[in-house]
Amino acid sequence: MSMKPLHPMEPIEPGKLERLKRNYLVQAWLVLMLALFFGAALAGVHLELAPKIAANKTNETYVKIPEIILGSELAEELAQQGEALIVEPHTVAVEKEQRRIVYTIYEASYPDGKLAGWVAKSSGQGYADKIELLIGFTPSVDTLTGIFVLDQKETPGLGNKIITLDWRQQFSNLKTLQPIEVTKGGASDPNQVDAITGATISSRSVTGIVNNAVADLRGPLTAMANARGK
Amino acid sequence: MAVAPTPAERFIQGILPENPVYRQLLGLCPTLAVTNGLQAALTMAGAVAFVLFCANIVTSTIRHLLKPHLRIVIFTLIIATFVTITDRFLAAYMYGMSKLLGPYIPLIIVNCIIICRCEVCASRQSVFAAGADALGQATGFALALVSIAAVRELLGSGMLFSVQVLPESWPNWVIMILPPGAFMTLGLLVGAVNWFEQRRSEQAESERG
Repeated sequence: MSMKPLHPMEPIEPGKLERLKRNYLVQAWLVLMLALFFGAALAGVHLELAPKIAANKTNETYVKIPEIILGSELAEELAQQGEALIVEPHTVAVEKEQRRIVYTIYEASYPDGKLAGWVAKSSGQGYADKIELLIGFTPSVDTLTGIFVLDQKETPGLGNKIITLDWRQQFSNLKTLQPIEVTKGGASDPNQVDAITGATISSRSVTGIVNNAVADLRGPLTAMANARGK
Repeated sequence: MAVAPTPAERFIQGILPENPVYRQLLGLCPTLAVTNGLQAALTMAGAVAFVLFCANIVTSTIRHLLKPHLRIVIFTLIIATFVTITDRFLAAYMYGMSKLLGPYIPLIIVNCIIICRCEVCASRQSVFAAGADALGQATGFALALVSIAAVRELLGSGMLFSVQVLPESWPNWVIMILPPGAFMTLGLLVGAVNWFEQRRSEQAESERG
């Protein structure tokens, strides 16, 4: 004897109003309304506060420039003598892959007018959010003097070690002619930096931002340095 | 069903009997991470208080419109908005502190104290009760952060609020500033609170008996 096949119950056709009520978008009306409202509120907050935040960053940049170019010891010595570097901002536009990238460059000179070095502001994607860096160059642009992290939101305890002096110091005195490489377990070649344990992506991001900026700016900055020399 | 606590009860409960850190063991990430100095701890406590208060008020205001399966999304949306406002505000007006706390301010979004209060109190009770609840819990959180930060800053660097308190001869216990110091201090303080609580309830028991 064969089993009678089971017939699923015919679904009852829901009414139009019932269907509308079940619609995901209609159910989520409050989420959508709140998202719109909060989005507008955040845009307002951003419009109000963004200039202030940008000014804070610029201030910090000017404070950090002597340290990035001269190192903390020499910078302190200069400050103790009551002297400061004269910093002049420029913008440099670079055409790359049909995109125009604009860099802010700070030209730093000693009080007697001699060129002390260059600092470029650059940014790129990190592991969590955008990383903003200041990158220092010697006057002849052939060597990095150091880097400083202006803004980052990397993982606490791992990726955020990119802000530590110990890690940043690896970038001081690296040559700009060849790209910097990230290694795990002991930098041996001259243009290598050690990755932070557990934060290889953050380490690579910072190095990538530096390499890009160096590649983009070595030419223009050398030209600016030469023009100054004349 | 039990009667919902009154606003005054909500406020008192949050400070010690239901202290978010010592009794509920919630919000431990910032508790461990930003308590190596009192200034950072107080800034974090203030930021959490602002977000908690605003989130509780907004959630309570719209509590009749919440659908059970969409409530968590809405809580998160509300919390994320106020956290972003706090983050931008600190970057604009307390830039140094904003850099010091770094990602811990955006991470308030996932601070479970706040979503817990939205779920337990604000989505069920009046705006007044929700506000009192937020103030009580925020005070409790601030108390916890400040007590841990005071121990760590004092033993770790001999200072309170970056002012030297202990004699210069104090050998700074660097480990107190480092993460292990946070775990040890939290563990000992939670133990102490539990011990007092147990003694208190035993006393109450014997008085009754």
